Amino acid sequence: MRTRLPAAIALLPTALIVLVVYIGCMLWTVRLSFTSSTLLPKLDWFGVTQYTRLFANDRFVTSAENIFIFGVLFISGCLIIGFLLAVFIDQNVRGEGIFRTIFLYPFSMSFVVTGVAWQWFLNPGLGLQKLVRDMGFETFTFDWIVNQRMAIYTIVIAGLWHGSGLTMAILLAGLRGVDKDLWKAAKIDGIPTWRVYTSVVLPLLRPMVVTAVVLLATGVVKLYDLVVAMTLGGPGIATEVPAKFVMDHLFERNNIGLGTAAATIMLITVVIVLAPWVYVRYVRPQGSHA
Amino acid sequence: MSAAEPQGRRPRRLTIGRIGVYAFLATSALFFLLPLWIMIVTSLKPMEEIRLGNILALPAAMTFDAWIKAWSSACTGLECNGISVGFWNSVRILIPSVILSIIAGAVNGYALSFWRVKGANVMFGILLLGAFIPYQVFLYPLVRIFSMTGVYNSLLCIVLVHVIFGLPTMTLLFRNYYAGLPLELFKAARIDGGGFWSIFFRVILPMSTPIIVVAAILQVTGIWNDFIFGLTFAGRQNLPMTVQLNNIVNSTQGERAYNVDMAATMLAALVPLVVYFVSGRWFVRGIAAGAVKG
Repeated sequence: MRTRLPAAIALLPTALIVLVVYIGCMLWTVRLSFTSSTLLPKLDWFGVTQYTRLFANDRFVTSAENIFIFGVLFISGCLIIGFLLAVFIDQNVRGEGIFRTIFLYPFSMSFVVTGVAWQWFLNPGLGLQKLVRDMGFETFTFDWIVNQRMAIYTIVIAGLWHGSGLTMAILLAGLRGVDKDLWKAAKIDGIPTWRVYTSVVLPLLRPMVVTAVVLLATGVVKLYDLVVAMTLGGPGIATEVPAKFVMDHLFERNNIGLGTAAATIMLITVVIVLAPWVYVRYVRPQGSHA
Repeated sequence: MSAAEPQGRRPRRLTIGRIGVYAFLATSALFFLLPLWIMIVTSLKPMEEIRLGNILALPAAMTFDAWIKAWSSACTGLECNGISVGFWNSVRILIPSVILSIIAGAVNGYALSFWRVKGANVMFGILLLGAFIPYQVFLYPLVRIFSMTGVYNSLLCIVLVHVIFGLPTMTLLFRNYYAGLPLELFKAARIDGGGFWSIFFRVILPMSTPIIVVAAILQVTGIWNDFIFGLTFAGRQNLPMTVQLNNIVNSTQGERAYNVDMAATMLAALVPLVVYFVSGRWFVRGIAAGAVKG
Protein backbone atom coordinates (compact mmCIF):
# COMPACT_ATOMS: atom_id res chain seq x y z
CA MET A 1 0.00 0.00 0.00
CA ARG A 2 2.78 2.38 0.90
CA THR A 3 4.30 2.02 -2.56
CA ARG A 4 1.08 3.32 -4.11
CA LEU A 5 1.16 6.52 -2.11
CA PRO A 6 3.06 8.54 -4.77
CA ALA A 7 0.49 7.42 -7.37
CA ALA A 8 -2.35 8.53 -5.12
CA ILE A 9 -0.65 11.89 -4.55
CA ALA A 10 -0.15 12.30 -8.30
CA LEU A 11 -3.87 11.78 -8.86
CA LEU A 12 -4.85 14.16 -6.07
CA PRO A 13 -5.01 17.38 -8.11
CA THR A 14 -7.30 15.72 -10.65
CA ALA A 15 -9.44 14.27 -7.87
CA LEU A 16 -9.79 17.76 -6.40
CA ILE A 17 -10.76 19.20 -9.78
CA VAL A 18 -13.34 16.46 -10.29
CA LEU A 19 -14.77 17.16 -6.85
CA VAL A 20 -14.75 20.95 -6.96
CA VAL A 21 -15.32 21.70 -10.65
CA TYR A 22 -17.07 18.76 -12.24
CA ILE A 23 -19.27 17.85 -9.27
CA GLY A 24 -19.23 20.99 -7.14
CA CYS A 25 -19.88 23.55 -9.84
CA MET A 26 -22.57 21.39 -11.41
CA LEU A 27 -24.46 21.08 -8.12
CA TRP A 28 -23.94 24.80 -7.47
CA THR A 29 -25.51 25.67 -10.83
CA VAL A 30 -28.46 23.38 -10.19
CA ARG A 31 -28.92 24.90 -6.73
CA LEU A 32 -28.80 28.45 -8.13
CA SER A 33 -31.56 27.58 -10.59
CA PHE A 34 -33.94 27.24 -7.63
CA THR A 35 -33.16 30.72 -6.31
CA SER A 36 -34.34 34.21 -7.22
CA SER A 37 -30.77 35.33 -8.02
CA THR A 38 -30.47 38.20 -10.45
CA LEU A 39 -27.28 40.27 -10.53
CA LEU A 40 -25.78 38.54 -7.49
CA PRO A 41 -26.26 34.95 -6.44
CA LYS A 42 -28.68 34.41 -3.56
CA LEU A 43 -29.34 31.20 -1.76
CA ASP A 44 -33.06 31.56 -1.08
CA TRP A 45 -35.64 29.03 -2.20
CA PHE A 46 -37.66 30.09 -5.20
CA GLY A 47 -39.18 26.74 -6.11
CA VAL A 48 -39.51 26.04 -9.81
CA THR A 49 -40.40 29.63 -10.63
CA GLN A 50 -37.31 30.10 -12.83
CA TYR A 51 -38.31 27.03 -14.82
CA THR A 52 -41.86 28.22 -15.39
CA ARG A 53 -40.44 31.58 -16.45
CA LEU A 54 -37.98 29.81 -18.71
CA PHE A 55 -40.61 27.90 -20.63
CA ALA A 56 -42.72 31.02 -20.95
CA ASN A 57 -39.73 32.83 -22.42
CA ASP A 58 -39.89 33.17 -26.23
CA ARG A 59 -36.16 33.42 -26.54
CA PHE A 60 -35.63 30.14 -24.71
CA VAL A 61 -38.38 28.30 -26.58
CA THR A 62 -36.89 29.48 -29.88
CA SER A 63 -33.43 28.40 -28.67
CA ALA A 64 -34.71 24.92 -27.89
CA GLU A 65 -36.45 24.61 -31.25
CA ASN A 66 -33.34 25.85 -33.04
CA ILE A 67 -30.97 23.42 -31.37
CA PHE A 68 -33.35 20.61 -32.28
CA ILE A 69 -33.49 21.68 -35.95
CA PHE A 70 -29.74 22.19 -36.04
CA GLY A 71 -29.00 18.92 -34.25
CA VAL A 72 -31.12 16.74 -36.52
CA LEU A 73 -30.03 18.37 -39.79
CA PHE A 74 -26.38 18.73 -38.80
CA ILE A 75 -25.89 15.15 -37.63
CA SER A 76 -27.86 13.51 -40.44
CA GLY A 77 -26.32 15.85 -43.02
CA CYS A 78 -22.76 15.19 -41.86
CA LEU A 79 -23.39 11.45 -41.91
CA ILE A 80 -24.85 11.47 -45.43
CA ILE A 81 -22.27 13.83 -46.95
CA GLY A 82 -19.43 12.19 -45.00
CA PHE A 83 -20.48 8.72 -46.13
CA LEU A 84 -20.82 9.76 -49.78
CA LEU A 85 -17.41 11.46 -49.74
CA ALA A 86 -15.80 8.45 -48.07
CA VAL A 87 -17.33 5.99 -50.54
CA PHE A 88 -16.29 8.05 -53.55
CA ILE A 89 -12.77 8.56 -52.24
CA ASP A 90 -12.58 4.82 -51.65
CA GLN A 91 -12.90 4.10 -55.42
CA ASN A 92 -9.15 4.00 -55.99
CA VAL A 93 -9.07 7.58 -57.18
CA ARG A 94 -6.01 9.55 -58.11
CA GLY A 95 -5.16 12.42 -55.79
CA GLU A 96 -6.91 10.79 -52.88
CA GLY A 97 -4.73 12.63 -50.41
CA ILE A 98 -5.60 15.99 -51.96
CA PHE A 99 -9.34 15.32 -51.78
CA ARG A 100 -9.09 14.15 -48.18
CA THR A 101 -7.13 17.26 -47.25
CA ILE A 102 -9.66 19.56 -48.92
CA PHE A 103 -12.68 17.93 -47.28
CA LEU A 104 -11.22 17.99 -43.80
CA TYR A 105 -9.42 21.33 -43.63
CA PRO A 106 -12.50 23.30 -42.45
CA PHE A 107 -12.58 21.17 -39.32
CA SER A 108 -9.22 22.53 -38.21
CA MET A 109 -10.51 26.10 -38.22
CA SER A 110 -12.42 27.74 -35.40
CA PHE A 111 -16.17 28.32 -35.44
CA VAL A 112 -15.54 32.05 -35.32
CA VAL A 113 -13.55 31.84 -38.55
CA THR A 114 -16.20 29.57 -40.09
CA GLY A 115 -19.00 31.90 -39.05
CA VAL A 116 -17.31 35.02 -40.37
CA ALA A 117 -16.48 33.36 -43.69
CA TRP A 118 -20.02 32.17 -44.29
CA GLN A 119 -21.58 35.39 -43.07
CA TRP A 120 -19.62 37.13 -45.80
CA PHE A 121 -20.46 34.64 -48.53
CA LEU A 122 -24.19 34.68 -47.67
CA ASN A 123 -24.41 38.46 -47.32
CA PRO A 124 -27.35 39.23 -49.68
CA GLY A 125 -25.98 42.58 -50.80
CA LEU A 126 -22.51 41.46 -51.83
CA GLY A 127 -22.31 37.69 -51.66
CA LEU A 128 -23.95 34.74 -53.36
CA GLN A 129 -27.23 36.54 -54.15
CA LYS A 130 -25.46 39.40 -55.90
CA LEU A 131 -23.20 36.97 -57.72
CA VAL A 132 -26.10 35.05 -59.26
CA ARG A 133 -28.01 38.27 -60.03
CA ASP A 134 -24.97 39.69 -61.81
CA MET A 135 -24.90 36.57 -63.96
CA GLY A 136 -28.28 37.66 -65.32
CA PHE A 137 -30.78 36.01 -62.99
CA GLU A 138 -32.08 39.28 -61.65
CA THR A 139 -34.88 37.91 -59.52
CA PHE A 140 -32.68 35.35 -57.79
CA THR A 141 -33.10 35.58 -54.06
CA PHE A 142 -30.99 33.93 -51.40
CA ASP A 143 -31.41 36.03 -48.31
CA TRP A 144 -31.71 33.24 -45.74
CA ILE A 145 -29.21 34.81 -43.37
CA VAL A 146 -31.40 37.90 -42.90
CA ASN A 147 -34.68 35.97 -43.12
CA GLN A 148 -36.28 35.18 -39.75
CA ARG A 149 -37.63 31.83 -40.88
CA MET A 150 -34.56 30.61 -42.77
CA ALA A 151 -31.57 31.99 -40.85
CA ILE A 152 -31.11 28.87 -38.72
CA TYR A 153 -30.56 26.84 -41.90
CA THR A 154 -27.59 29.01 -42.84
CA ILE A 155 -26.05 28.00 -39.52
CA VAL A 156 -26.66 24.38 -40.54
CA ILE A 157 -24.91 24.96 -43.89
CA ALA A 158 -21.85 26.43 -42.19
CA GLY A 159 -21.92 23.58 -39.67
CA LEU A 160 -22.01 20.98 -42.45
CA TRP A 161 -19.09 22.67 -44.18
CA HIS A 162 -17.15 22.51 -40.92
CA GLY A 163 -18.06 18.98 -39.83
CA SER A 164 -18.68 16.70 -42.84
CA GLY A 165 -15.00 16.16 -43.50
CA LEU A 166 -14.55 14.76 -40.04
CA THR A 167 -17.29 12.20 -40.63
CA MET A 168 -15.66 11.37 -43.95
CA ALA A 169 -12.30 10.76 -42.25
CA ILE A 170 -13.81 8.49 -39.60
CA LEU A 171 -15.90 6.49 -42.09
CA LEU A 172 -13.03 6.23 -44.57
CA ALA A 173 -10.88 4.66 -41.85
CA GLY A 174 -13.73 2.20 -41.35
CA LEU A 175 -14.05 1.43 -45.08
CA ARG A 176 -10.34 0.67 -45.23
CA GLY A 177 -10.85 -1.90 -42.51
CA VAL A 178 -13.44 -3.85 -44.51
CA ASP A 179 -12.18 -7.28 -45.58
CA LYS A 180 -11.03 -7.36 -49.22
CA ASP A 181 -12.47 -10.85 -49.67
CA LEU A 182 -15.90 -9.43 -49.06
CA TRP A 183 -15.56 -7.35 -52.20
CA LYS A 184 -14.36 -10.32 -54.23
CA ALA A 185 -17.26 -12.43 -53.02
CA ALA A 186 -19.76 -9.70 -53.87
CA LYS A 187 -18.22 -9.30 -57.32
CA ILE A 188 -18.43 -13.02 -58.04
CA ASP A 189 -22.06 -13.01 -56.97
CA GLY A 190 -22.64 -10.06 -59.29
CA ILE A 191 -24.06 -7.80 -56.60
CA PRO A 192 -24.06 -4.12 -57.63
CA THR A 193 -21.53 -2.00 -55.79
CA TRP A 194 -24.08 0.35 -54.27
CA ARG A 195 -25.99 -2.63 -52.82
CA VAL A 196 -22.82 -3.91 -51.17
CA TYR A 197 -22.26 -0.50 -49.63
CA THR A 198 -25.77 -0.07 -48.27
CA SER A 199 -26.52 -3.64 -47.20
CA VAL A 200 -23.14 -5.05 -46.17
CA VAL A 201 -20.57 -2.33 -45.61
CA LEU A 202 -22.74 0.22 -43.82
CA PRO A 203 -23.80 -2.20 -41.07
CA LEU A 204 -20.13 -3.16 -40.63
CA LEU A 205 -19.31 0.51 -40.10
CA ARG A 206 -21.65 0.86 -37.15
CA PRO A 207 -18.94 1.49 -34.54
CA MET A 208 -17.52 4.27 -36.72
CA VAL A 209 -20.96 5.77 -37.23
CA VAL A 210 -21.54 5.75 -33.47
CA THR A 211 -18.19 7.47 -32.89
CA ALA A 212 -19.05 10.12 -35.46
CA VAL A 213 -22.51 10.69 -34.01
CA VAL A 214 -21.14 11.08 -30.47
CA LEU A 215 -18.55 13.57 -31.71
CA LEU A 216 -21.07 15.54 -33.77
CA ALA A 217 -23.61 15.52 -30.96
CA THR A 218 -21.17 17.11 -28.53
CA GLY A 219 -20.60 19.76 -31.17
CA VAL A 220 -24.35 20.40 -31.29
CA VAL A 221 -24.56 20.95 -27.54
CA LYS A 222 -21.63 23.36 -27.68
CA LEU A 223 -23.08 25.38 -30.57
CA TYR A 224 -22.34 28.96 -29.57
CA ASP A 225 -19.32 30.55 -31.29
CA LEU A 226 -20.66 29.80 -34.76
CA VAL A 227 -23.93 31.59 -34.01
CA VAL A 228 -22.21 34.54 -32.34
CA ALA A 229 -19.86 35.02 -35.29
CA MET A 230 -22.44 34.43 -37.99
CA THR A 231 -25.71 36.03 -36.88
CA LEU A 232 -25.35 37.12 -33.22
CA GLY A 233 -28.57 35.20 -32.66
CA GLY A 234 -30.47 37.32 -35.16
CA PRO A 235 -32.30 38.46 -37.13
CA GLY A 236 -34.36 39.20 -34.02
CA ILE A 237 -34.07 36.03 -31.98
CA ALA A 238 -34.25 33.72 -35.00
CA THR A 239 -30.95 31.92 -34.44
CA GLU A 240 -30.71 31.91 -30.65
CA VAL A 241 -29.40 28.66 -29.13
CA PRO A 242 -29.44 27.40 -25.53
CA ALA A 243 -25.71 27.88 -24.91
CA LYS A 244 -26.06 31.50 -25.98
CA PHE A 245 -29.18 31.97 -23.87
CA VAL A 246 -27.26 30.81 -20.79
CA MET A 247 -24.20 32.94 -21.54
CA ASP A 248 -26.29 36.06 -22.17
CA HIS A 249 -28.33 35.68 -19.00
CA LEU A 250 -25.37 34.87 -16.77
CA PHE A 251 -22.92 37.48 -17.98
CA GLU A 252 -24.85 40.25 -19.70
CA ARG A 253 -28.44 40.31 -18.61
CA ASN A 254 -27.66 39.68 -14.94
CA ASN A 255 -30.31 37.04 -14.51
CA ILE A 256 -28.42 34.27 -12.80
CA GLY A 257 -31.53 32.39 -11.71
CA LEU A 258 -32.91 32.13 -15.23
CA GLY A 259 -29.49 31.45 -16.76
CA THR A 260 -28.71 28.59 -14.39
CA ALA A 261 -32.19 27.15 -14.92
CA ALA A 262 -31.52 27.06 -18.67
CA ALA A 263 -28.09 25.48 -18.00
CA THR A 264 -29.78 22.84 -15.85
CA ILE A 265 -32.22 22.05 -18.67
CA MET A 266 -29.21 21.60 -20.98
CA LEU A 267 -27.66 19.29 -18.41
CA ILE A 268 -30.81 17.19 -18.09
CA THR A 269 -31.18 16.93 -21.88
CA VAL A 270 -27.60 15.77 -22.30
CA VAL A 271 -28.00 13.18 -19.55
CA ILE A 272 -31.17 11.85 -21.19
CA VAL A 273 -29.48 11.65 -24.59
CA LEU A 274 -26.35 10.13 -23.08
CA ALA A 275 -28.18 7.45 -21.09
CA PRO A 276 -29.02 5.17 -24.05
CA TRP A 277 -25.44 5.42 -25.35
CA VAL A 278 -23.96 4.53 -21.95
CA TYR A 279 -26.46 1.70 -21.71
CA VAL A 280 -25.66 0.28 -25.14
CA ARG A 281 -21.95 0.64 -24.74
CA TYR A 282 -21.31 -0.25 -21.12
CA VAL A 283 -24.34 -1.97 -19.63
CA ARG A 284 -25.80 -4.24 -22.30
CA PRO A 285 -22.61 -5.96 -23.55
CA GLN A 286 -22.34 -7.78 -20.22
CA GLY A 287 -25.46 -9.73 -21.16
CA SER A 288 -25.80 -11.56 -24.44
CA HIS A 289 -24.35 -9.58 -27.28
CA ALA A 290 -25.65 -10.07 -30.77
CA MET B 1 -27.44 9.68 -58.94
CA SER B 2 -26.70 6.03 -59.57
CA ALA B 3 -23.43 4.87 -58.13
CA ALA B 4 -22.75 1.91 -60.38
CA GLU B 5 -19.05 2.58 -60.70
CA PRO B 6 -16.58 -0.20 -61.27
CA GLN B 7 -15.00 -0.83 -57.93
CA GLY B 8 -11.54 -1.89 -56.96
CA ARG B 9 -8.57 -3.20 -58.74
CA ARG B 10 -8.50 -2.18 -62.38
CA PRO B 11 -9.17 1.52 -62.75
CA ARG B 12 -7.22 1.95 -65.95
CA ARG B 13 -9.97 2.53 -68.47
CA LEU B 14 -11.99 5.71 -68.33
CA THR B 15 -15.63 4.74 -68.05
CA ILE B 16 -18.76 6.81 -67.45
CA GLY B 17 -18.67 5.62 -63.86
CA ARG B 18 -15.09 6.83 -63.35
CA ILE B 19 -15.97 10.20 -64.79
CA GLY B 20 -18.92 10.34 -62.42
CA VAL B 21 -16.69 9.59 -59.46
CA TYR B 22 -14.26 12.36 -60.33
CA ALA B 23 -17.06 14.79 -61.15
CA PHE B 24 -18.63 14.23 -57.75
CA LEU B 25 -15.33 14.59 -55.91
CA ALA B 26 -14.34 17.68 -57.85
CA THR B 27 -17.69 19.38 -57.27
CA SER B 28 -17.52 18.61 -53.59
CA ALA B 29 -13.96 19.89 -53.44
CA LEU B 30 -15.09 23.16 -55.01
CA PHE B 31 -17.81 23.54 -52.39
CA PHE B 32 -15.32 22.99 -49.58
CA LEU B 33 -12.78 25.37 -51.07
CA LEU B 34 -15.25 28.12 -51.93
CA PRO B 35 -15.23 29.99 -48.58
CA LEU B 36 -11.43 29.89 -48.41
CA TRP B 37 -11.16 31.22 -51.96
CA ILE B 38 -13.62 34.01 -51.20
CA MET B 39 -11.76 34.94 -48.02
CA ILE B 40 -8.44 35.12 -49.82
CA VAL B 41 -9.58 37.17 -52.83
CA THR B 42 -11.67 39.52 -50.67
CA SER B 43 -8.75 40.18 -48.36
CA LEU B 44 -6.65 41.25 -51.36
CA LYS B 45 -9.17 43.70 -52.84
CA PRO B 46 -9.63 47.39 -52.10
CA MET B 47 -13.10 48.30 -50.78
CA GLU B 48 -14.29 49.96 -54.03
CA GLU B 49 -13.74 46.71 -55.85
CA ILE B 50 -15.62 44.76 -53.20
CA ARG B 51 -18.63 47.08 -53.35
CA LEU B 52 -18.97 46.74 -57.10
CA GLY B 53 -17.31 43.52 -57.94
CA ASN B 54 -17.90 39.84 -58.19
CA ILE B 55 -17.24 38.03 -54.92
CA LEU B 56 -15.45 35.18 -56.71
CA ALA B 57 -13.31 37.28 -59.03
CA LEU B 58 -9.59 37.71 -58.61
CA PRO B 59 -8.63 41.17 -57.38
CA ALA B 60 -8.06 43.60 -60.25
CA ALA B 61 -5.86 45.85 -58.16
CA MET B 62 -4.26 43.47 -55.70
CA THR B 63 -3.19 45.03 -52.42
CA PHE B 64 -1.96 43.79 -49.06
CA ASP B 65 -3.21 46.90 -47.28
CA ALA B 66 -6.07 45.00 -45.63
CA TRP B 67 -3.66 42.43 -44.22
CA ILE B 68 -1.42 45.13 -42.79
CA LYS B 69 -4.40 46.95 -41.33
CA ALA B 70 -5.89 43.74 -39.90
CA TRP B 71 -2.60 42.84 -38.28
CA SER B 72 -1.64 46.16 -36.79
CA SER B 73 -4.41 48.77 -36.74
CA ALA B 74 -7.91 47.27 -36.99
CA CYS B 75 -10.21 48.22 -34.11
CA THR B 76 -11.27 45.51 -31.70
CA GLY B 77 -13.80 47.48 -29.72
CA LEU B 78 -12.17 50.56 -28.23
CA GLU B 79 -8.59 49.79 -29.05
CA CYS B 80 -7.13 49.88 -32.53
CA ASN B 81 -3.96 47.83 -32.42
CA GLY B 82 -5.03 45.12 -34.81
CA ILE B 83 -5.39 41.41 -34.36
CA SER B 84 -1.68 40.99 -33.61
CA VAL B 85 -2.53 41.72 -29.97
CA GLY B 86 -4.86 38.72 -29.97
CA PHE B 87 -2.31 36.61 -31.80
CA TRP B 88 0.31 37.11 -29.11
CA ASN B 89 -2.30 36.64 -26.38
CA SER B 90 -3.27 33.33 -27.95
CA VAL B 91 0.39 32.30 -28.05
CA ARG B 92 0.84 33.21 -24.38
CA ILE B 93 -2.28 31.25 -23.45
CA LEU B 94 -1.45 28.32 -25.72
CA ILE B 95 2.06 27.41 -24.62
CA PRO B 96 1.53 26.91 -20.87
CA SER B 97 -1.94 25.40 -21.40
CA VAL B 98 -0.70 22.77 -23.83
CA ILE B 99 2.37 21.86 -21.77
CA LEU B 100 0.47 21.64 -18.49
CA SER B 101 -2.44 19.64 -19.89
CA ILE B 102 -0.11 17.13 -21.54
CA ILE B 103 1.82 16.68 -18.29
CA ALA B 104 -1.43 16.25 -16.38
CA GLY B 105 -2.76 13.75 -18.91
CA ALA B 106 0.46 11.73 -18.99
CA VAL B 107 0.77 11.49 -15.21
CA ASN B 108 -2.92 10.66 -14.79
CA GLY B 109 -2.90 8.08 -17.57
CA TYR B 110 0.22 6.46 -16.15
CA ALA B 111 -1.12 6.36 -12.58
CA LEU B 112 -4.46 5.00 -13.78
CA SER B 113 -3.12 2.22 -15.98
CA PHE B 114 -0.23 0.89 -13.91
CA TRP B 115 -0.98 1.70 -10.27
CA ARG B 116 -4.12 0.45 -8.65
CA VAL B 117 -5.16 3.39 -6.56
CA LYS B 118 -8.40 3.02 -4.64
CA GLY B 119 -11.24 5.02 -6.08
CA ALA B 120 -9.20 6.09 -9.10
CA ASN B 121 -11.58 4.44 -11.54
CA VAL B 122 -14.59 6.14 -10.01
CA MET B 123 -12.79 9.45 -10.36
CA PHE B 124 -11.95 8.67 -13.96
CA GLY B 125 -15.55 7.69 -14.69
CA ILE B 126 -16.90 10.96 -13.33
CA LEU B 127 -14.26 12.88 -15.25
CA LEU B 128 -15.31 11.22 -18.51
CA LEU B 129 -18.99 11.85 -17.91
CA GLY B 130 -18.13 15.44 -17.05
CA ALA B 131 -16.62 15.77 -20.51
CA PHE B 132 -20.06 15.47 -22.09
CA ILE B 133 -21.73 18.04 -19.88
CA PRO B 134 -22.10 21.45 -21.53
CA TYR B 135 -19.62 24.05 -20.30
CA GLN B 136 -22.48 26.41 -19.42
CA VAL B 137 -23.25 24.17 -16.44
CA PHE B 138 -19.85 24.91 -14.86
CA LEU B 139 -19.09 28.44 -15.95
CA TYR B 140 -20.83 30.64 -13.42
CA PRO B 141 -19.67 28.88 -10.24
CA LEU B 142 -16.18 28.68 -11.73
CA VAL B 143 -16.17 32.43 -12.29
CA ARG B 144 -17.19 32.88 -8.62
CA ILE B 145 -14.44 30.55 -7.39
CA PHE B 146 -11.81 32.34 -9.45
CA SER B 147 -13.01 35.78 -8.30
CA MET B 148 -12.93 34.72 -4.68
CA THR B 149 -9.37 33.46 -5.03
CA GLY B 150 -8.33 36.56 -6.96
CA VAL B 151 -7.12 34.86 -10.14
CA TYR B 152 -10.15 35.78 -12.28
CA ASN B 153 -9.44 37.60 -15.55
CA SER B 154 -5.77 36.69 -15.72
CA LEU B 155 -3.48 34.59 -17.83
CA LEU B 156 -3.25 32.07 -15.00
CA CYS B 157 -7.04 31.84 -14.89
CA ILE B 158 -7.49 31.04 -18.58
CA VAL B 159 -4.60 28.55 -18.52
CA LEU B 160 -6.15 26.76 -15.54
CA VAL B 161 -9.50 26.58 -17.32
CA HIS B 162 -7.93 25.01 -20.40
CA VAL B 163 -6.09 22.48 -18.25
CA ILE B 164 -9.24 21.65 -16.25
CA PHE B 165 -11.44 21.09 -19.29
CA GLY B 166 -8.68 19.33 -21.19
CA LEU B 167 -8.28 16.77 -18.39
CA PRO B 168 -10.86 14.20 -19.58
CA THR B 169 -9.50 13.89 -23.14
CA MET B 170 -5.86 14.06 -22.13
CA THR B 171 -6.26 11.50 -19.35
CA LEU B 172 -8.22 9.16 -21.60
CA LEU B 173 -5.71 9.51 -24.43
CA PHE B 174 -2.71 8.60 -22.28
CA ARG B 175 -4.57 5.96 -20.30
CA ASN B 176 -5.56 4.12 -23.49
CA TYR B 177 -2.06 4.41 -24.90
CA TYR B 178 -0.43 3.10 -21.74
CA ALA B 179 -2.96 0.28 -21.53
CA GLY B 180 -1.49 -0.90 -24.84
CA LEU B 181 2.08 -1.08 -23.47
CA PRO B 182 3.22 -4.50 -22.21
CA LEU B 183 2.67 -4.86 -18.48
CA GLU B 184 5.85 -6.98 -18.20
CA LEU B 185 7.84 -3.85 -18.86
CA PHE B 186 6.33 -2.20 -15.82
CA LYS B 187 6.74 -5.34 -13.69
CA ALA B 188 10.40 -5.63 -14.62
CA ALA B 189 10.97 -2.03 -13.64
CA ARG B 190 9.23 -2.69 -10.33
CA ILE B 191 11.47 -5.69 -9.64
CA ASP B 192 14.47 -3.51 -10.37
CA GLY B 193 13.23 -1.33 -7.56
CA GLY B 194 11.78 1.54 -9.59
CA GLY B 195 9.36 3.84 -7.81
CA PHE B 196 6.40 5.79 -9.18
CA TRP B 197 8.35 8.70 -10.62
CA SER B 198 11.52 6.88 -11.63
CA ILE B 199 9.53 4.37 -13.73
CA PHE B 200 7.55 7.24 -15.23
CA PHE B 201 10.59 9.25 -16.25
CA ARG B 202 12.92 6.40 -17.23
CA VAL B 203 10.59 3.83 -18.79
CA ILE B 204 7.20 5.25 -19.64
CA LEU B 205 7.91 8.79 -20.80
CA PRO B 206 10.59 7.79 -23.33
CA MET B 207 8.00 5.52 -24.99
CA SER B 208 5.33 8.21 -25.11
CA THR B 209 6.44 10.34 -28.07
CA PRO B 210 3.69 9.24 -30.51
CA ILE B 211 0.87 9.92 -28.08
CA ILE B 212 2.40 13.21 -26.97
CA VAL B 213 2.36 14.34 -30.61
CA VAL B 214 -1.32 13.40 -30.93
CA ALA B 215 -2.14 15.14 -27.64
CA ALA B 216 -0.25 18.24 -28.68
CA ILE B 217 -2.08 18.51 -32.02
CA LEU B 218 -5.42 18.05 -30.30
CA GLN B 219 -4.69 20.67 -27.63
CA VAL B 220 -2.99 23.22 -29.88
CA THR B 221 -5.89 23.35 -32.33
CA GLY B 222 -8.51 23.10 -29.58
CA ILE B 223 -7.04 25.85 -27.42
CA TRP B 224 -6.21 28.12 -30.35
CA ASN B 225 -9.78 27.84 -31.63
CA ASP B 226 -11.41 28.33 -28.23
CA PHE B 227 -13.78 31.25 -27.94
CA ILE B 228 -16.02 30.77 -24.91
CA PHE B 229 -13.29 30.30 -22.28
CA GLY B 230 -11.22 33.18 -23.60
CA LEU B 231 -14.27 35.39 -23.56
CA THR B 232 -15.24 34.40 -20.03
CA PHE B 233 -11.97 33.95 -18.16
CA ALA B 234 -9.06 35.65 -19.90
CA GLY B 235 -9.85 39.25 -19.01
CA ARG B 236 -9.61 42.28 -21.30
CA GLN B 237 -5.81 42.22 -21.35
CA ASN B 238 -5.51 38.63 -22.52
CA LEU B 239 -8.32 38.13 -25.03
CA PRO B 240 -7.36 35.39 -27.50
CA MET B 241 -7.35 35.88 -31.25
CA THR B 242 -10.79 34.33 -31.82
CA VAL B 243 -12.45 36.83 -29.47
CA GLN B 244 -10.58 39.74 -31.04
CA LEU B 245 -11.59 38.57 -34.51
CA ASN B 246 -15.22 38.47 -33.47
CA ASN B 247 -14.88 41.96 -31.99
CA ILE B 248 -13.37 43.31 -35.20
CA VAL B 249 -16.15 41.83 -37.32
CA ASN B 250 -19.14 42.42 -35.09
CA SER B 251 -18.46 45.76 -33.44
CA THR B 252 -17.73 47.90 -36.46
CA GLN B 253 -19.63 51.18 -36.71
CA GLY B 254 -20.61 52.38 -40.17
CA GLU B 255 -19.54 50.53 -43.27
CA ARG B 256 -17.68 47.33 -42.63
CA ALA B 257 -14.25 46.93 -44.10
CA TYR B 258 -14.83 43.46 -45.53
CA ASN B 259 -11.30 43.16 -46.84
CA VAL B 260 -9.87 43.85 -43.38
CA ASP B 261 -12.39 41.43 -41.83
CA MET B 262 -11.34 38.68 -44.23
CA ALA B 263 -7.63 39.35 -43.74
CA ALA B 264 -8.14 39.15 -39.97
CA THR B 265 -10.09 35.91 -40.44
CA MET B 266 -7.30 34.41 -42.53
CA LEU B 267 -4.75 35.43 -39.91
CA ALA B 268 -6.82 33.78 -37.17
CA ALA B 269 -7.12 30.60 -39.24
CA LEU B 270 -3.44 30.40 -40.08
CA VAL B 271 -2.10 28.56 -37.04
CA PRO B 272 -4.62 25.68 -37.05
CA LEU B 273 -4.31 25.39 -40.83
CA VAL B 274 -0.53 25.10 -40.60
CA VAL B 275 -0.86 22.51 -37.83
CA TYR B 276 -3.33 20.61 -40.00
CA PHE B 277 -1.23 20.64 -43.14
CA VAL B 278 1.99 19.80 -41.35
CA SER B 279 0.60 17.04 -39.15
CA GLY B 280 -1.64 15.39 -41.77
CA ARG B 281 -2.68 11.95 -40.63
CA TRP B 282 -1.70 12.62 -37.04
CA PHE B 283 -4.40 15.25 -36.95
CA VAL B 284 -7.08 12.73 -37.89
CA ARG B 285 -5.67 10.25 -35.40
CA GLY B 286 -5.83 12.89 -32.68
CA ILE B 287 -9.42 13.77 -33.47
CA ALA B 288 -10.46 10.13 -33.61
CA ALA B 289 -8.71 9.47 -30.30
CA GLY B 290 -10.46 12.45 -28.78
CA ALA B 291 -13.70 11.21 -30.26
CA VAL B 292 -14.29 8.77 -27.46
CA LYS B 293 -14.70 11.79 -25.25
CA GLY B 294 -16.10 14.09 -27.89
